[in-house]
Amino acid sequence: MAAPRRPAEESVVGRIAVDIRHQSNLKLSKTEKKYLRKQNKARNTLLRHEGIEPVAHATQSLVIANGGLGNGVSRKQLLPVLQGCGSVDSLLMPPNKPYSFVTYATTEEARKAYAVLHGKEIVADLGQKIILYLNFVEKARWKALGPHGLPPGLLVVEEIISSEDERLLLESVNWAEDADNKNCQKSLKHRRVKHFGYEFHYENNNVDKDKPLPGGLPDICERILEKWLKEGYIKHKPDQLTVNQYEPGHGIPAHIDTHSAFEDEIVSLSLGSEIVMDFKHPDGVLVQVMLPRRSLLVMTGESRYLWTHGITPRKFDTVHASEHYRSGIITSDIGNLTLSKRGVRTSFTFRKVRRTPCNCNYSLVCDSQRKEKPPSFPESDKEASRLEQEYVHRVYEEIAGHFSSTRHTPWPCIVEFLKALPSGSVVADIGCGNGKYLGINKELYMIGCDRSENLVAICRERQFQAFVGDALAVPVRSGSCDACISIAVIHHLATAERRVAAIQELVRLLRPGGTALIYVWAMEQEYNNQKSKYLRGNRISRGAQEELTSATSAEGLLVEQMRGEACQDSASSVPSVNHVQEGGISSELPIHTNRTSFQSQDVLVPWHLKRNTGKDKASVSFGSTEPQNPGPICHRYYHVFCGGELEAACQTLGNVSILKSYYDQGNWCVILQKS
Amino acid sequence: MKLLTHNLLTSHVRGVGPRGFPLRLQATEVRINPVEFNPDFVARMIPKVEWAALREAANTLQLGEVPTEPVEGYERDEAFLRKMHHVLLEVDVLEGTLQCPESGRLFPISRGIPNMLLNDDETES
Repeated sequence: MAAPRRPAEESVVGRIAVDIRHQSNLKLSKTEKKYLRKQNKARNTLLRHEGIEPVAHATQSLVIANGGLGNGVSRKQLLPVLQGCGSVDSLLMPPNKPYSFVTYATTEEARKAYAVLHGKEIVADLGQKIILYLNFVEKARWKALGPHGLPPGLLVVEEIISSEDERLLLESVNWAEDADNKNCQKSLKHRRVKHFGYEFHYENNNVDKDKPLPGGLPDICERILEKWLKEGYIKHKPDQLTVNQYEPGHGIPAHIDTHSAFEDEIVSLSLGSEIVMDFKHPDGVLVQVMLPRRSLLVMTGESRYLWTHGITPRKFDTVHASEHYRSGIITSDIGNLTLSKRGVRTSFTFRKVRRTPCNCNYSLVCDSQRKEKPPSFPESDKEASRLEQEYVHRVYEEIAGHFSSTRHTPWPCIVEFLKALPSGSVVADIGCGNGKYLGINKELYMIGCDRSENLVAICRERQFQAFVGDALAVPVRSGSCDACISIAVIHHLATAERRVAAIQELVRLLRPGGTALIYVWAMEQEYNNQKSKYLRGNRISRGAQEELTSATSAEGLLVEQMRGEACQDSASSVPSVNHVQEGGISSELPIHTNRTSFQSQDVLVPWHLKRNTGKDKASVSFGSTEPQNPGPICHRYYHVFCGGELEAACQTLGNVSILKSYYDQGNWCVILQKS
Repeated sequence: MKLLTHNLLTSHVRGVGPRGFPLRLQATEVRINPVEFNPDFVARMIPKVEWAALREAANTLQLGEVPTEPVEGYERDEAFLRKMHHVLLEVDVLEGTLQCPESGRLFPISRGIPNMLLNDDETES
């Protein structure tokens, strides 16, 4: 059994506790003083790390290090201690943090608390002794997480069964070893499990649909399931049951139930004890849901197909303190959080075995819809062309509407290039997308060319001159352009030869003396010690953000799903989706994790498609789920350029000179001149 | 598609090279889009135009006679510039085809958008 997970800070705080014990010894030796200084430094580092700034003067508010939920101290325990020093206005206890904030009615009371409680020892819920230490802060502040509702399609029904039925259900499962083990009882690393109806095989994460287990579901289930059907909580009668038993400290890794194994609706009954379940969207949104004792969790649609669910192995959950918040999400209302000690929870998870392939809307995480084989690094021009067809052209066509809605803001250096061109210049934008550069300078005659009919249609609606064409065979006569731009295009070509050919084609359009501006995505997302906006993500201006949301995070999901599925019960052997085949045979292209550094130059970058935006042709009704329903995830192929690579590609052409090359927000850029 | 754009487009079917120009224009729907007259801009466009191709396209659309070559001192000839402004920038072909003069390949123009994409076997070298 694994030890409950604790925040990393704990070790630091633990050492601080030691220092305060020393302090109470009154007379300090020289070494001890040195030790104390060191520990103070560690404390300050911790506080700075967490963005908490202690102040030297007395205020109404204090930060209480070690007195936090993440440290095993509950609200019930801490509040009376604090109230002993005066009237407490608020006690904020952030989840999983080893500290809390208290605000007193007056500075005088806070000063008293500091005098009395600083260095005071209390016994935490787990029985361990903890030394509190306090510091004044200007304001008790905690950056709350955005309010997230329940994942779409998720429902928690409280008190769905009586205590009597709870007892009967628990008794129906005989955990004493079956002689014939007909219900396939297993003791997994973090829980005990038993199957009814069909056995769930953890080796392939599926059920053997032709081999029902003898005995079916326990008899008592029949009546309960019929009732749920009648009351409308479920629509289909389940034929498979998995009973899991979790001791405190147990858990289950984040996973999505295999799409092809079970129908849409999956319901889980919590017996014996409540628990907090973690739901995670591929974008990274985490929603913690309290499942009270005797409640029914119903997962359908998006929450069943796209979100992972799991239980963190630990002995305490952070839950709402007030009674009326029983089920539902654990918000970041940190004035109302406390710890709940886990008991033994037994879950009855009912599913219906699926008889036809899954046809959900989440094809990337759907094993029924999974492509034969992830694409490989191309070995020939033909393979490269096919890769581009499938992982560039088709994807842009599909995401055109949503893509365009995220592309409003022209990049300053490109605008500057276009504005500096002489009036009356003829300029071609090869790979013009939604045409955001076509109208920058009214003194130019600009034409746009793009592979995507849907994107060109958007250009046309904006009254721009644009046509459908390919960057390797641009249908424009040679020498007709005074300038060309190629923004974020050449990195979509899958061999070095094709990338050079695209630059050559650009140069062919230019008259002698004409200039071309080329932008490609850089392997280096950190340059001159500065991270690109792509990495900095949340700190960027709105304009740039629109540009950069190119790839809302979706990766991680596949890995996570496979982790949940393939590893039975431990997270030990995580199969990677981007493994490299041996023996120099072509290797599968890795999937990039958005807003992280690139691990490979040739990658698939996920695009999380949001439907119903703009001119998206593919926008279709999405059935039962909500308007913000995230759509499927598409992958675009990219070859990200290393420093110098773009210049080298240009230099293979005899008839150009490089006027300028530079790095601009995660892109390598050159301005060429045709001689 | 404006006629100035047509004047820049060429066929790029494998092997046709410069003989892919000019594309033969056939129009089934043409619209006139008024554009603000900017004599300097038009004057700057004149020397960039392949004149014979423009004449042919203008004839096809029966836009009236375009002189065999730009008139002498056209930069200051407002009547000429206005006419060329109209021909180059205001005439908009919405539906029709472009045909490669060498290979005969037809490219559709639909809702004002020429689709110049080729199949793989038409571009492979």
